[in-house]
Amino acid sequence: MALLEVRGLKKSFGKTEVLKSIDFSLEQGQVLAIIGSSGGGKTTLLRCLNFLEFADAGTISVGGKVIYDGKAAKKMSEAEMRACRLHFGLVFQSFNLFPQYSVLKNVTLAPTLLKLDTPQNIDANARSLIERVGLSDKLDFYPCQLSGGQQQRVAIARALAMRPEILCFDEPTSALDPELTGEVLRVIKGLKGEDRTMIVVTHEMEFAKNVADVVMFMADGKIVEMDTPTEVFENPKNEKTRAFLQHSLERLGDA
Amino acid sequence: MSFFEQFPIVISALNVGFLQTLKLFIVTLAGALPLGLLISFGSMSRFKPLSALTRTVVWVFRGSPLMLQLLIIYFFPGLVLGNQIWGTGEEGRFLASAVAFILNYACYFSEIYRGGIQGVPHGQQEAGQVLGLSRSQIFFKVTLLQMIKRIVPPMSNEIITLVKDTSLARIISMQEVIWAGYAFMKGSHGISGQIWPLFFTGIYYLVFSGVLTLLFNRVEKKLGYFKV
Repeated sequence: MALLEVRGLKKSFGKTEVLKSIDFSLEQGQVLAIIGSSGGGKTTLLRCLNFLEFADAGTISVGGKVIYDGKAAKKMSEAEMRACRLHFGLVFQSFNLFPQYSVLKNVTLAPTLLKLDTPQNIDANARSLIERVGLSDKLDFYPCQLSGGQQQRVAIARALAMRPEILCFDEPTSALDPELTGEVLRVIKGLKGEDRTMIVVTHEMEFAKNVADVVMFMADGKIVEMDTPTEVFENPKNEKTRAFLQHSLERLGDA
Repeated sequence: MSFFEQFPIVISALNVGFLQTLKLFIVTLAGALPLGLLISFGSMSRFKPLSALTRTVVWVFRGSPLMLQLLIIYFFPGLVLGNQIWGTGEEGRFLASAVAFILNYACYFSEIYRGGIQGVPHGQQEAGQVLGLSRSQIFFKVTLLQMIKRIVPPMSNEIITLVKDTSLARIISMQEVIWAGYAFMKGSHGISGQIWPLFFTGIYYLVFSGVLTLLFNRVEKKLGYFKV
């Protein structure tokens, strides 16, 4: 049974249809990379999965249970919504760390406020997560004292501390200098080894090719192609996919 | 009477006036700081009639002289409505002044609050949301301190302006420190025709605003450990 199942997801902003009936599923432990040009709906899809936007129609199921139904969305209470959010974690493009808290406090804040565990366990778990992203020596640092890459690694530890079933990344390296993207991508790659289910919206084609189990190419609010990286990159079936890949290769050539 | 004989008499009279200044300052802050927050919520409301109304009120109070507002609030009930609700004594004049100052300053503060609240990046709220925090947890644990850090510099500016603005209450003869200094020109406590007590009141304002400046610097320094 698929861990995540999305059926007929639709979202419009005013008259603009941003998602036009999205269907896909994801198995436990799979890494899905979503690629496509800007405005294709990648980020909106991710935001709908994290309930930062509410899909107008369609369902989202986790572990076989429907947690969101576009038809019934208006009846959901604020508390139900919060419970839904906990199935997913999200790492933002712009990190969004809490500037007034230290690295450790950024990671422990939400689990502590939501009483997910005992304070001792929350603290120990946070320390081990921070160690995993390679920042044990920065526990008491504030976000403004860290590089962009380090901030993003803290943001990953913060998301992991909530023990989400599916961890989403919204262009996690787009706001970083090129020399800092490597350290963040390595951390994400490292998580793959732990049977984590992840969805990564990315412009890093190499990363999508080497790390993802499944690649989804989106354009104009639709899934144009979804297959293994080998199929999508070596043998794209759709004209749009070919054009997009051609274009990103050229950009790589220019650089 | 020599200067040295005048000095203690003048100082004790100025102290009495300054106490009234201080009282108006404190009462204004106590009223305008919370009222300003309420007004800022009103002006940010998604309910259009409410935000339009509050923004109009803010425009009226920020767009006209505080001195005029003092005169209207003090004299309007008596002269136009025929009911001098403030009475005739110093207590009534203080009350009318406090009402005018609180309304006027609440409007200024509301705009500072609004800037502070809207200045916190939306990503902070979203980060709290995806971590499953409730609205009030996000406000109190995530955005509030960032908002406070943002409003300290404009707020300290406005509060130091308030120190000096209290002197406007003299227009309705509230007996604050400048009123007390001026009295020695006309004659008071057996001293008349002296202008130095009026000039001397400047020292009170300088010392008071100096203390406040030091205080705000400390707050800013305390919040300087993080950047927003």
